[in-house]
Amino acid sequence: MRKFILLSALFASAPVSAQQAMTDSSPHADHAMSMPMTEGDAQCPPEHAAMGHCTPQAEAVTPPHAGPSAAALSGPEYAADAVWGAGAMEPARRSVYAEHGFMNTGKILIDRLEYAAQKGRDGYSWEGDAWYGGDYNRLWTKFRGEGAAGKAIESAEVQALWSRALDPWFNIQAGVRYDIRPKPDRAHLAVGIEGLAPYLFDVNAALFLSDRGDLTARVEAEYDQRITNRLILQPSVEVNLAAQDVRSVDVGAGLSSVEAGLRLRYEFVPEFAPYFGFEYEGLVGRTARLARAGGEDANRAKFVIGIRTWF
Amino acid sequence: MNDTTLGRRSLLRAGALGLAGLGFDMKFPAWATTGSAGLRADMPTLAGEDIRLRVAHDRFSVGGRTGHAITINGVLPAPLIRLREGQTVRLHVENTLDEDTSIHWHGLIVPFQMDGVPGISFPGIRPGTTFTYEFPIRQSGTYWYHSHSGLQEQVGHYGPLVIDPAGAEPAAYDREHVIVLSDWTFLHPHQVITKLKQKDAYFNRQKQTATTGEMSVAERISWSKMRMDPADISDVNGSTYSFLINGHGPNENWTGLFRPGERVRLRFINASAMTIFNVRIPGLPMTVVLADGQPVRPVETDEFQISVAETYDVIVEPTSDQAYSLIAEAIDRSGMGRATLAPRVGMTAAIPPLRKRPTLSMRDMGMGGMDMSGMDMGGTGAPAMGGAACPPEHAAMGHCKPGQPAAPMHHGMREKSLMPPTVKVGVGVDMVSAMPVDRTGDRPLGLEKEPHRVLTYHDLAPLVPFHDKRPPTRTIDIHLTGNMGRFMWSFDGRKMNEGAEPIRLERDERVRVNLINDTMMNHPIHIHGHFFELVTGQDHGHPIKHTVNVMPGGIASFDLTADAPGDWPLHCHLLYHMHAGMMNVVKVRPMDDGEAA
Repeated sequence: MRKFILLSALFASAPVSAQQAMTDSSPHADHAMSMPMTEGDAQCPPEHAAMGHCTPQAEAVTPPHAGPSAAALSGPEYAADAVWGAGAMEPARRSVYAEHGFMNTGKILIDRLEYAAQKGRDGYSWEGDAWYGGDYNRLWTKFRGEGAAGKAIESAEVQALWSRALDPWFNIQAGVRYDIRPKPDRAHLAVGIEGLAPYLFDVNAALFLSDRGDLTARVEAEYDQRITNRLILQPSVEVNLAAQDVRSVDVGAGLSSVEAGLRLRYEFVPEFAPYFGFEYEGLVGRTARLARAGGEDANRAKFVIGIRTWF
Repeated sequence: MNDTTLGRRSLLRAGALGLAGLGFDMKFPAWATTGSAGLRADMPTLAGEDIRLRVAHDRFSVGGRTGHAITINGVLPAPLIRLREGQTVRLHVENTLDEDTSIHWHGLIVPFQMDGVPGISFPGIRPGTTFTYEFPIRQSGTYWYHSHSGLQEQVGHYGPLVIDPAGAEPAAYDREHVIVLSDWTFLHPHQVITKLKQKDAYFNRQKQTATTGEMSVAERISWSKMRMDPADISDVNGSTYSFLINGHGPNENWTGLFRPGERVRLRFINASAMTIFNVRIPGLPMTVVLADGQPVRPVETDEFQISVAETYDVIVEPTSDQAYSLIAEAIDRSGMGRATLAPRVGMTAAIPPLRKRPTLSMRDMGMGGMDMSGMDMGGTGAPAMGGAACPPEHAAMGHCKPGQPAAPMHHGMREKSLMPPTVKVGVGVDMVSAMPVDRTGDRPLGLEKEPHRVLTYHDLAPLVPFHDKRPPTRTIDIHLTGNMGRFMWSFDGRKMNEGAEPIRLERDERVRVNLINDTMMNHPIHIHGHFFELVTGQDHGHPIKHTVNVMPGGIASFDLTADAPGDWPLHCHLLYHMHAGMMNVVKVRPMDDGEAA
């Protein structure tokens, strides 16, 4: 079909130097960038002409946007069926369509596994999540807990959520949260959003309704500031709120606690990073008063050291 | 690759050789063996009317490590197939794998059922079976072939295909070498895509940091507001890839021989899964004579960017008795392929250091036509459009009507109203180019400021004009869309598995296709079964291609004559973009002349 009349004579002449075109190209780019479409024929600005949509002489016009003709819609839907048979093509077709775009993946992230040193009361804690699914729907679990060094686990919770992509960056998540510790254990309905906010903040906000009717909320945000490609400084903040007093866990109504952390990690590989840092935890309002009444400190500062890993 | 890395890799390699001896014997086809004198008639090249290819599990070594590969006839790259225009060929492909395979003849004009795409052109080649492709050769030039099944292409299932013209050779030469560029990883390809899904920009170890980059604080803030990284150039790169030239890593230094004074033709094929290369031979100008297998008017340059799946034939004329380094630098400068052209084996030339990683600009974000000084890149306010509230470019896309008062245009990075209703702006679309411009005349990404000559598409002129001179009768817009963070890629916001409406063309109709890039990445878009004319608007004519690299935030348009009835894939040739959904089917009907329904 495409036979080229091969003009060796044409080639035998010295190669046309691209110098002219080459020297043109860069200034042109600058020009297009800085002052587009401001000169020449208004009906056919250079930008448009360059696309071949028109020529300055207005001889050719951009063909209209239009749907396919009736003839284009005719014939068999699948051309290959006529050659290889629908029976042979159908399974291959199903798999090629599924293969190009559908994929389940999973990830387990242990965001923090750390030892916390603080005055008179060293402790440990963990926090992470794991998910499995496709681009839109995922089964999502979250887990966290802590305890004092050498003692039993003080608090531990797990969440099992269905995660649905809301927009390019955020997921809405709904499911259950179960507090294994402290005793008595509690179950909650959980609903929240999780994602990447403008300015690259990782945000996690959730509402919890416990089996005793208590409504609480938790909002977390963190930010990865790359100092180098491996050294990352991560400020983080967590705020807890309660709609009412939750006596069983010494939480008072209103803003109940604020945690602020600063962790510096080194990613040997993206999947493995040890870190150290500081965390401040402050109980607020009625919760703080409850703590003080119980003889506990309302403010704690701790030095943390730990690892972050995922696979 | 800097000197330190080279040094370390050399040591590793030496160590491995020392420990393991020569236990594993790498096999290369004759043309890809280092010290090759070039393609010669006496080589065991696959030619003739019956060609046998055997697809098998294999091992491949580079940089002192050995990993799993899928090879054809036991070599990587696969054997050179050399055909002649006008002949008919039967290619018998035996599948010894435990999974389906296929071979797509990239750039060849074949009946659709011989195009080799499972599920679209044929059922695929089952394990333990042999499939025979048969078709007439109706063209000449430099092409290639590769698997279209799963991610097999990443692990070695690709090779060169050269067709000699029936008549006189348009680009005469004394000696020729095939230069197959590719990327190799020891990660399983499914691991590669899993990492990309698990963590945004997983492979990028050259991100912008507080201690690097020249951006002002204000610019950094505006990029982070958009949740974009201006250093996001290449999804998979030198942090895992070894860049290969004819199957050889940079230290293996594949060497092609020449005699000073000869006209040496280099047939470049970018057979990479994901890597766009900048190609140069310091000290040696290159005259481009073919692009995508089609002859172009000879044009001399010092560097060209070859996107994935493109081919360029160049002529070089080294006159002195010295070696030249052939450098194929990855677009994000995370590594390079390196080979040597020399009069004798063992000679080497200096290796230029890797240049600085390019940084994306607002032009790459689809803000190309805007007065950037006055705009709010975050999209909270109306940009300073002034009198250009409805430039023709925008009007042509139906976004506004010229002459009417400027509607408030909030050009954020994802303004849904700028998209036609046929595009689904959902989870899978994190950006909408507010003002995309034709970038076929732009220097490729990262080569804007090189002091030497750099090829652009505008420099390519067909040696023989395209046979169909009719103007196109209708325009089709295809938006290239994606979500970087979730690693979703699509056309018009729909991944292939989401049931995108096929692109339906009437047989022999001529259409203008606008590829509008609503992402900040380059996408090499390839259509099967057809050549198109890339609309460059140049007086010297439009080059004839099968693959076009659409620059970030830009537009590339082509005119297509739908003269091949059947079903044809249209896809991004970045393997993992295609696998993530950036693919659709072009249906050309009716199948037969005179067929009614």
